[in-house]
Amino acid sequence: MSLADFEYGDIIHRCFRCGYCKFPVNWMDVNNCPAYARYRMESYSCGGRLWLTRAWLMNEIQWTDHLAHILYSCTACKNCEVKCPLGINVDILNMIRAAKKEMVEQGKIPTAARDFLESIQLHGNPYRIPKSKRGVWMDEAGIERYQGQEYLYHVGCVGAYDTRAREAAKKLGRLLQKCGVSFGALGEAEPCDGNEVNHMGEEGLFEMMVEDNISLLNSLGVKKVITLSPHSYNAIKNDYPRYGGKFRILHYTQLLEKLIEANRLNPTVEMRIKVTYHDPCFLGRWNAEYDAPRSVLKSIPGVSLVEMERNRESSLCCGGGGGNFSMDLLGGSPDSPARRRVHEALATGANILAVACPKCLIILEDAVKVEGLDDKLIVKDIAEIAAESCGIM
Amino acid sequence: MNNLFQALMDIVGEDHISNRQEELFIYSWDLGTTEPHKPDFVVSPRTTKEIQKIMELANREKIPVVPLGGGLSLAGLAVPFKGGILVDLKRMDTIIEVNEQARYALLECGVSQGQLTSYLERNHPHLTHSEPGAPPTATIAGNAAIHGQGDLSQPYGFNSDMINGLEIVLPTGEVCCFGSCSIGAGWFTQHPLPDVGLFLGWTGTTGIITKISLRLFPCKKIRGTALFVVDDEDQVPEIYYKITHTQMCEDIVAFSQTIPPYAGGLHHFTVNLAADSEKELELKQEIIFDDALGKIIQQGYGGYLGFTPGLQHPQISKTSDWRKGGGFEYVGGIMPVSQYPECYRRGKEISERHNIPYTVLGRCIGAAHAMMFSWTYAFNRSDPETIHHAREAMRETDELALELGGTIWKPGIYGQKLVMDRMDPNTLELMKKIKQLLDPNGIMNPGNWEVKS
Repeated sequence: MSLADFEYGDIIHRCFRCGYCKFPVNWMDVNNCPAYARYRMESYSCGGRLWLTRAWLMNEIQWTDHLAHILYSCTACKNCEVKCPLGINVDILNMIRAAKKEMVEQGKIPTAARDFLESIQLHGNPYRIPKSKRGVWMDEAGIERYQGQEYLYHVGCVGAYDTRAREAAKKLGRLLQKCGVSFGALGEAEPCDGNEVNHMGEEGLFEMMVEDNISLLNSLGVKKVITLSPHSYNAIKNDYPRYGGKFRILHYTQLLEKLIEANRLNPTVEMRIKVTYHDPCFLGRWNAEYDAPRSVLKSIPGVSLVEMERNRESSLCCGGGGGNFSMDLLGGSPDSPARRRVHEALATGANILAVACPKCLIILEDAVKVEGLDDKLIVKDIAEIAAESCGIM
Repeated sequence: MNNLFQALMDIVGEDHISNRQEELFIYSWDLGTTEPHKPDFVVSPRTTKEIQKIMELANREKIPVVPLGGGLSLAGLAVPFKGGILVDLKRMDTIIEVNEQARYALLECGVSQGQLTSYLERNHPHLTHSEPGAPPTATIAGNAAIHGQGDLSQPYGFNSDMINGLEIVLPTGEVCCFGSCSIGAGWFTQHPLPDVGLFLGWTGTTGIITKISLRLFPCKKIRGTALFVVDDEDQVPEIYYKITHTQMCEDIVAFSQTIPPYAGGLHHFTVNLAADSEKELELKQEIIFDDALGKIIQQGYGGYLGFTPGLQHPQISKTSDWRKGGGFEYVGGIMPVSQYPECYRRGKEISERHNIPYTVLGRCIGAAHAMMFSWTYAFNRSDPETIHHAREAMRETDELALELGGTIWKPGIYGQKLVMDRMDPNTLELMKKIKQLLDPNGIMNPGNWEVKS
């Protein structure tokens, strides 16, 4: 593909590489782009990626594994779009995604990305685990199959398969049961929502998945969806409507907030914990939901909520978006964003690092272990904290 | 080269060295109109010790070393014209100390302007530093090394006048300290010890700054910007003199630009005021706008447009992005304030000749001892014709700055040659001797400030 054929060929040169995109709102740290934080080379900054993409399309540089690594290390956390002072900001991630798409179409993507996509195609999940195992979590938790209840509870691949995330998925299910919410889940019939596939530039596969998913949900009569993962929430809320999928979608923290307001959820167990909350990118920057998770935490007795210095739209991504949760292109260093992030959490004096995303849960918990902070900081999903405060252990 | 790569990797670690095409490409480019030149290696050290080892290796192997801070000079000052090792210093970003009593900050060389601004706002809100009109990624040390200015330059001078001390790694690998730190007395003063001037304004050709002690200043509770406008450029110098005489403000900038259309031909002043109370603020406004400038306002030559609380952090201006092409560059002349009218008129002519909307700005330095006058030229990175025009406009402006009796701030190679062509021969000879003494193998940022035999 030439620059002229690139969808964003008329604007990609507009990045000055001024570097605002590296910062949080308050400028406290130049490391708010997770890939730049990890590698600290200009090539891994947002501007570096745009300039390299343009150079590649203009044949000034050749495709290499390293170029693909640079592009795919972008977690689509949206920090760059929030901070870029230029009018092109709204298309920065579209440009990165279009560059990945071109790599996909040329069959030149990182091995880890290829493995991810292959597993999605083969098994409907990135774990290479058979679809038949996808419903194990709900059987363990006693969650009903979806049969026209008010809400479909979509847990997503990580919530369904990862041992640790399944605990959060189950706790949320039990909590919703306790509140009398009418809901069911699809178990082994639940499809991958495709958010990561989309951000990895596999447009064809994404479209196929979305169309199949919409068809499935429509055939089941689904009107309202609750998600465990902000990634699922983002895809269903922002991408599915383009393909005709119109569902009332809630991230579970939004539903919990409503249940608390309606007096249907009454956390009573005094928790006596100091909590700091990590904003997931696909709930925060992508969908501007910063308050519901905090509101839920504040309603739990004995929770003292303290903020990390980088919070809300300045939050530092854990490094798991854009398929990086599975590809792990940002791991393996003290500079990995998750390992930086847990130290920020610790600096608040909190003993609980609360999350509202199964990917964040696992990445940050791993980071706590690697950094040897197990005795100082525990990572928990808000669903788990809320459930425990309702006596669900 | 393989041996060199291995040796450098042994120093900085495998994550912080590259000779791959992607890094060589990115670091070959400046953000302005300078043609790219690739380094052979890019390294990103974390400590002074690592830099010391890099310098020892480079000096032994006689391979060029190009230090890079924020990379925002726009003048090609960190383009590796002769290849070699590009040293990206931004990982050295620790704020080591803020001394409240002696009002200074001790910083590693990669600390950015944004990082220090934010750190002071959060931890020492009654202290501030002179923030340049650059994006927050600009580094403190890089800005001081090129004699930058900032929003406290009116009362306190160039940002390089605010240095208490430096730690330097010499081209031959020795680590030297300058200022009171050199005798173990802390980092609170530069004087009266041997000078740091050997390393400022030399564009990294005499060594790498690894630590800097920067003076901080009182930050009053209320800070904001008053706006004043005149329509006659000939009045601007007098207004600079009148305002500076009051000694009431922190920053004075006069600017004129084609965009937005209503601003064309007018000369706006932003006058930054600071006060600890409304009473103090009112008094300062009265002294400046009623007493000093009242007559101009009454006669209808100028107008006071009000005071806006809160200082704006630097942003990419609309005129810089006028081409919508991801590129602009400017000549910053250090000029006599009296030359504002000619700087404006002649700069406007250059802009018109190259079909670029004019944008000029004069920031007062000291008590109107000088001004940094900038002529900005936007270009479109995807349109070679506009790059050519911007480059030509820059060269014409370099010559203009000298013709009007000024000098060029952070000149690129072209401007450096113009300056050296006019320089006193004995001074040139001294520069050459100093350079030979400090950098006997000529490895530091070659191409810059090269005195011909």
